[in-house]
Amino acid sequence: MSVLLTNATELIASTTLAQTGFPDPMASGILSHYLFVSAALFTIGLIGFLTRRNLIIMFLCTELMFQAAGIALVAFGRYHLDFTGQTFLIFVLTVAAAEAAMALALVVLLFRRRETLDAEDWTDLKG
Amino acid sequence: MIDMTSILAPWTTLTLASEGAAGAGPSGMLTWAVPGLTLLATVLCGLCAAFKVKSKLPAWITVACLAGSFAAIVKTYLDFGSTHQAIAHAFDWFNIQATVGKSPVNLVASFSFFIDPLTLTWMLFVTGLATLIALYASEYMSHDVGAGYCRFFAAFNLFVFSMSCLVMGDNLILLYLGWEGVGLCSYLLIGYFYKKPSAVAAAKKAFIVNRIGDLFLALGIFLTFVHFGSVEYKVIFAEAAKYVEMLRIGRFEEIPFIVQLIPLLLMVGAFGKSAQLPLYVWLPDAMEGPTPVSALIHAATMVTAGVYLIARTYPLFLCSEYALPTVAWVGSLTALLAATIGMAQFDIKRIMAYSTVSQLGYMFAGLAVLSNVGGVFHVVTHAFFKALLFLCCGAVMHGFGGQLDLRKLSGVAKMKGWLVVSIGMFVGCINLAGVPFTAGFFSKDMILAEAFVTPGMAPIGWILLFTAGLTAYYTFRVFFRVFVGPQHYEMGEESHGDDHGHAHGHDHAHGHDKAHDHAKHDSHGGHGNHPHAPGWAINAVLATLAVLSIAAAGLNFIGPKPMQGHGGTVASMVQHSSTSFTSPFAHHEGGHDAGHGESDGHEAHATVKPFVPGPWAAHATLGEAPHAGSFLGQDPHGEVLGVGLMYWVSGVVGFIGIAIAFVLHFMGRTTAAKSKADGLLPAFGPLASWAQHKWYVDEFYDFLIKRPILVLSHIFHVIDALLVDGLVNLVGATPRFIGKALRPSQSGRLHEYATGMAGGLAMILLIVLVVTTLLKHV
Repeated sequence: MSVLLTNATELIASTTLAQTGFPDPMASGILSHYLFVSAALFTIGLIGFLTRRNLIIMFLCTELMFQAAGIALVAFGRYHLDFTGQTFLIFVLTVAAAEAAMALALVVLLFRRRETLDAEDWTDLKG
Repeated sequence: MIDMTSILAPWTTLTLASEGAAGAGPSGMLTWAVPGLTLLATVLCGLCAAFKVKSKLPAWITVACLAGSFAAIVKTYLDFGSTHQAIAHAFDWFNIQATVGKSPVNLVASFSFFIDPLTLTWMLFVTGLATLIALYASEYMSHDVGAGYCRFFAAFNLFVFSMSCLVMGDNLILLYLGWEGVGLCSYLLIGYFYKKPSAVAAAKKAFIVNRIGDLFLALGIFLTFVHFGSVEYKVIFAEAAKYVEMLRIGRFEEIPFIVQLIPLLLMVGAFGKSAQLPLYVWLPDAMEGPTPVSALIHAATMVTAGVYLIARTYPLFLCSEYALPTVAWVGSLTALLAATIGMAQFDIKRIMAYSTVSQLGYMFAGLAVLSNVGGVFHVVTHAFFKALLFLCCGAVMHGFGGQLDLRKLSGVAKMKGWLVVSIGMFVGCINLAGVPFTAGFFSKDMILAEAFVTPGMAPIGWILLFTAGLTAYYTFRVFFRVFVGPQHYEMGEESHGDDHGHAHGHDHAHGHDKAHDHAKHDSHGGHGNHPHAPGWAINAVLATLAVLSIAAAGLNFIGPKPMQGHGGTVASMVQHSSTSFTSPFAHHEGGHDAGHGESDGHEAHATVKPFVPGPWAAHATLGEAPHAGSFLGQDPHGEVLGVGLMYWVSGVVGFIGIAIAFVLHFMGRTTAAKSKADGLLPAFGPLASWAQHKWYVDEFYDFLIKRPILVLSHIFHVIDALLVDGLVNLVGATPRFIGKALRPSQSGRLHEYATGMAGGLAMILLIVLVVTTLLKHV
């Protein structure tokens, strides 16, 4: 009975994969292209976050960094022929969206406090 | 044949004597009343201070408790007689077993009292005098009633407690406890007038100089423990008996070096406590304390503690080659030095202080020339007459508002109400000067005679004889200047102590006759600028002491047959204690076989091998026993015209001293300030002024010891401030410095934080990259 069950799961798994079209393994050089894109995107986001003073632009840059991480995730998932990468990306995007809502709400509150979106204005935690 | 066991008989049979329980003799447990009552009195006086008692209650508590202690001692003496010894055990104190290397080491020091005749002799006069002096102090200190009064009597009682521990203890540790206790109480009482800088300085000086002696005493006790394995007397002296046995059979070289070293250490301790060269400098300054303190502590009891120590450990001193001669020389030189200083002082209390130092030198010399009876007898007689002298000086000081300068007082005897004081002073002076047939005469003579008899000690005898003359001179200088002669007085600057804060200025009332017409200047309710004669308490005490001082002479004649006339009662008590020893060089009239001073009736024959103690044993082992010395070829004990030769000699010397004092200080003296002696001063040149400046000993110590120590302490102070404080401050300053350096990183600006994070991240990535690359290659 157990042997029958094991065979059955293997059949279903292999059938599922065969039916959907198991992708070919990625060539090793291609992965670095995707990672380069991810890195470039991340760096742009980082530098933007460090340089810009507008709170909303700074937030935009953080979103950019999120996306870069997502690209890296998916690339590695494709490379290792594992869906885990994509699955995790869904979580990342969800978190990014939630965080966007949070951050923008905070920005609104900050703007109400002082009529400015300048990050330099907030130095109350000095010392 | 001298029976050696008799010499240390009390010790070899000690274990058979009763130990506080039913035994062969009476128990000594009654002596526990002494520390018990005195401690109780201390606590009660302390409570009086706490409850701010403003009456003379502390004084009556003290007198009652001390009288009770005296009664207990008297009862014990009556029970014991002169022959019994006992150990009265109260509780265990130290009982430590340990193992050093492979051998077991056992330190047993319990709170037990060793009662033997020597102890009883000491305790009789300590408690007796303490009672009398407490009664005297009740009136003397009455101007200070209140907190000061309670404090005085509390310290007084604590002192008697410590003294009893010292004298009665059965082991060296308990003795040391008492030793330190009396030093502490001396400090407390000298510094009684703590608002006076000179008194405070004197108290510190006394304590510190004592401490130097205490160090050597402690070393001696350590060495005793190391060698004998115990600090208890019964063990130590049982062992010492063996060494004494070696001396007898001429095997002196076999006595170990340590046993010869112990007395040398103990002796320095004794010098510190009993104010001998070079540690005597504290005693004259100690006169800053109130007179009852001077009388009790610095005349009769505490300063005799050193003499007691040597008397108690006498067997050890006998075994050492250099100890007794050193004691003899130090004692006699101190006697001479102090007498010369005393001759040139003007403050009567200070003269008495130097006299005490001088007489203590006599006592030490007495013990050292193998006259243990003479030494102890002199302690007893000196206690009485010196206390009497101090109390008389105190009465004068008290009555004349603190005036002690003998250039400003004269003819006190004739003033109304001063008769008792004058008689007391006279009795004390004749005893101190050694006028024939007084107690002081007999005791001093015993020492002098023995000094000439013991071989090699003749120079000591001559020094002591010369000092006796000086003593007679300066004693009667005081008497003839202050008590007789034309009447004159100048009041001192303090009326009844400092605490009243009277504004006296320099109000000198010159009264030349009995009629005082200064009533209009009197604004202090009866005290004012008039001398006031002592009250009943002071007079009663002085009268009692005068009678006792005279009666003490009788002690020489009362006692067991062989000792009558040679120390009497005191001799009998000494010879039945650990100090018992008969000098092989002493002869007495009536033949050598009379068994003088022997206990249990053993006879003393000089035989082929006499027992020769340490200092002379080396000669004996070489084959020639040293012969007894003589005074100018005559036996000082020998009879001339019915009395001993020495009696005549010292009597004559004493009278010469008194006569000189009479001529210089009484005859033809019309004022208080000057006498014929002043005219003679230039003849002595610089000596007189040096003597008056105490031979610059204090200045010498200042130069030799105090200055270097001050310099050293300044250096240490700088090191302390710079180095030690610097290190501590550094430890405190470092976090502050680090904080100050790091604080700019907390700027509150978001971008800076973010940059920091990014930078840190980059750094970590770099390190990881580098390390992994390196690892791959390695």
